[in-house]
Amino acid sequence: MSAPDEIRSVEIEPPEVAAARARVRRRRSIALALALAVFALIFYVLTIVKMGPALFTTRGL
Amino acid sequence: MAYIDDSRNFAPTTGEARVEDYFALLKPRVMSLVVFTAFVGLVLAPGSINLFIAAIAIFCIAIGGGASGALNMWYDADIDAVMSRTLNRPIPAGRISREEALVFGCALAIFSVALLGLATNWVAGGLLAFTIFFYAVVYTMWLKRSTPQNIVIGGAAGAFPPMVGWAAVTGTISWESVALFLIIFLWTPPHFWALALYKQGDYGAAGIPMMPNVAGEASTRRQIMAYSVLLAASGLLPSWLGMSGLVYTVVAVAAGLGFLYLAFRLLRAEDGVPMRKAARALFSYSLSYLSVLFFALLTDNLLARLGVFA
Repeated sequence: MSAPDEIRSVEIEPPEVAAARARVRRRRSIALALALAVFALIFYVLTIVKMGPALFTTRGL
Repeated sequence: MAYIDDSRNFAPTTGEARVEDYFALLKPRVMSLVVFTAFVGLVLAPGSINLFIAAIAIFCIAIGGGASGALNMWYDADIDAVMSRTLNRPIPAGRISREEALVFGCALAIFSVALLGLATNWVAGGLLAFTIFFYAVVYTMWLKRSTPQNIVIGGAAGAFPPMVGWAAVTGTISWESVALFLIIFLWTPPHFWALALYKQGDYGAAGIPMMPNVAGEASTRRQIMAYSVLLAASGLLPSWLGMSGLVYTVVAVAAGLGFLYLAFRLLRAEDGVPMRKAARALFSYSLSYLSVLFFALLTDNLLARLGVFA
């Protein structure tokens, strides 16, 4: 395939479609970030809950 | 094993799946029933559990159920593209690729099992892992396309959640949790066969060997009747095992009789439109039957804890 053919085969996306794609991608990234934050928070709280009141006992240290 | 030609083409993926598409992969409607029955199992179990850990357990069971749904959609994308009911799912609609669904499902499965095991105990974690395996591998990959008994055996996957909830509190499997399992297990065949009776064109087009396509309508209706008798009887197991009181027993008897009546009406209905109407009525009733039964168990347990009827 010659160079001009390659150039012609590239589909140019209308700006509104590109903007919509960017919006969808952004929402997906935010959702993923939130999921990871919740995941970290769950493990943090779970660790404290599993350790129980002993976590706050400093006697004997 | 497979009845379906896997070479069927799907719409090309756009590469921009929305958050809602990933949520749809979790089969949220199925998940709501899984969460509810697991919650009932967890509340009914003897013993105590920290509220936060209980919430985490329910969350894990929900995510595990969602993982099963995503793995099911990954494997069944070819037949989903044929049936009107499933045509708009994210994979056949071209919004998510099969590979993305597979990775998503596996990641959620590992996460939910590990977290449940760490938060509660490994009996519950192991049961959840087995549930996901049973639904994704035993039912979806093996039974669904190879035998008309697919729903009967595969129904076990949907029946495990209350056992997982129970095990999250007690760390064991007991007769009481098996009773909850049995109710959902015996409910599944009449529920899905009623759906298949009025949607059999869909299943037939997809090549899924559902009972009406393979054994015929008359045989399916007889089997629905038989399972309905077993279901109505199993609904009384919690009363018999002393898990529940008067409220549940009254509800279980009334709901069971209603189920038997609709199953009998379907058995006696004339072929064609009357049969399809009767099948639809039984399917709609079966949807609320399970919720009503488990809600009655919950109410009964709450009343007992509050000392009513004591």
